Amino acid sequence: MLDVVDLTVAYGPMEAVRDVSFQVREGAIVTLIGPNGAGKTTILNTLSGVVPVRSGRILLDGRDITGMSAHRRVSEGVIQVPEGRQVLAGMTVRENLEMGGYRRPSREAQRDVARMEERFPILGERRNMAAGSLSGGEQQMLAIARGLMARPRLLLLDEPSLGLAPLMVKAVFEIIRQVHDEGLTVLLVEQNAHLALATSTHAYVIESGKIVLDGPADVLRSDPSVISTYLGQTV
Amino acid sequence: MDLLAQQLINGLFIGSVYGLFAVGYTLVFGVLDILNLAHAAVFTLGGLLAVWLVEAAGLSLWLAFPVSVFCCGLLGLLLDRVAFAPLRQRADSNFSGLISSIAMAIIFESAALGLFGARTVRFPAHTISVHIWRWGGISITSLQVEIVAVAILLMVALTQFLNRARVGKAIRAVAENDRTARLLGIHVDGIIAFTFFISSALGGAAGILFGLYFDSLSPDMGRSIELKGLAVIILGGMGSIPGAILGGLAFGLSEVLTVALTGTSNLRDAVAFTVLFTVLILRPAGLLGRKKMREA
Repeated sequence: MLDVVDLTVAYGPMEAVRDVSFQVREGAIVTLIGPNGAGKTTILNTLSGVVPVRSGRILLDGRDITGMSAHRRVSEGVIQVPEGRQVLAGMTVRENLEMGGYRRPSREAQRDVARMEERFPILGERRNMAAGSLSGGEQQMLAIARGLMARPRLLLLDEPSLGLAPLMVKAVFEIIRQVHDEGLTVLLVEQNAHLALATSTHAYVIESGKIVLDGPADVLRSDPSVISTYLGQTV
Repeated sequence: MDLLAQQLINGLFIGSVYGLFAVGYTLVFGVLDILNLAHAAVFTLGGLLAVWLVEAAGLSLWLAFPVSVFCCGLLGLLLDRVAFAPLRQRADSNFSGLISSIAMAIIFESAALGLFGARTVRFPAHTISVHIWRWGGISITSLQVEIVAVAILLMVALTQFLNRARVGKAIRAVAENDRTARLLGIHVDGIIAFTFFISSALGGAAGILFGLYFDSLSPDMGRSIELKGLAVIILGGMGSIPGAILGGLAFGLSEVLTVALTGTSNLRDAVAFTVLFTVLILRPAGLLGRKKMREA
């Protein structure tokens, strides 16, 4: 579904991502793991079209979308749930959901708002509250639900577990598994490598803007270098 | 007592015009965090253009008003394209945008001088039929009522639009966080341009109402309201639409009350700004401002 070919991204003279190539197959959950500042978020932002590419290509179903504007990518079904939730804090929960369906016909979007409120009852209960008043976990639910409102084909999740209580982390990953089971393709960036590898089908390890290792998630889970670097504390 | 009541009413009228002017100011500020200092020049052009449309082109005021307001909206699009959009990628875009908007203000003022001359003009006497109602010592003209009705109607319409319409909500989303808005599929540049259109259209409308209220328009009429408009949005809370409306009314009232109570207009501005500082000491974020956390 997604082919990234020789992607290089730079902020001024500093290259944040160098010659990165990877694939996400239809129906897969693919994880990018790696230390802070490795370029994972940059890659997602490049896929969303909010950070420009220096060189390389991004293909969606074989079609080059490298130069496509951010809002058109949303119409194409490439949806990012950004790091730190980024809910629209001053707007209500319901308005956040509505904005998630911004590019869809409003009647359809309204139906999906109702569906999301059913799926995430807490969002239904709090529909008229400011999104900023929700707890961190609730905000993450809202951010994911808002992403789903766009009817994604490829969901980009950036650090969905960041700053959440363990119980909430479990709930969030349960949702990720569910939407994947429903047929959604997911590209995940996650610090919690243990959980990420347990959830995904394939993984790429990124260090200093380069892919240093990749393979099926369960193979990487038993790779000695991955264990020592990323799973160290939990083994 | 009648005098006081009369002044309160006058304050309400002029305050609604201040509010309308300030709403346009604060709308752009809320979305871009940039002060558009050409807003007062658009205000002037709106008023002068409406006079010209009535006087020279022979339109009725009811037609000249929307035509002039629409033209001001187009000026807003021009402002965005020329003064703001090219600077948007710069790290100092807040400051450089401020400067380039001052430059646009100068250009607009020169255009006003060139097109309409330096003289003071007014709407022709027959433009609007004026009734005067009197109760005891209080008199209200139908023109005043129409001015306040139009100002309030426009402000209510704007508020409803921002709260209910899909594009209105998108404006609020961009105001909160433009990067998130982009990720949601909102065409941010388009929303910003549209915001400038509405803001400038409302500024032009305020100019027309201002000219009708004082029965006098000149190319430098924006000067007096520019600083008041800024004071009003600071008073109400930067970026807050209801705050700008409330701030406008408060400012208008404090002005006319000062004149009524002291008997001269010498202290008018001093007292109005004293009210501003007093409010800011008590509520630094303004009357309806939210404490805004700045991202690093």
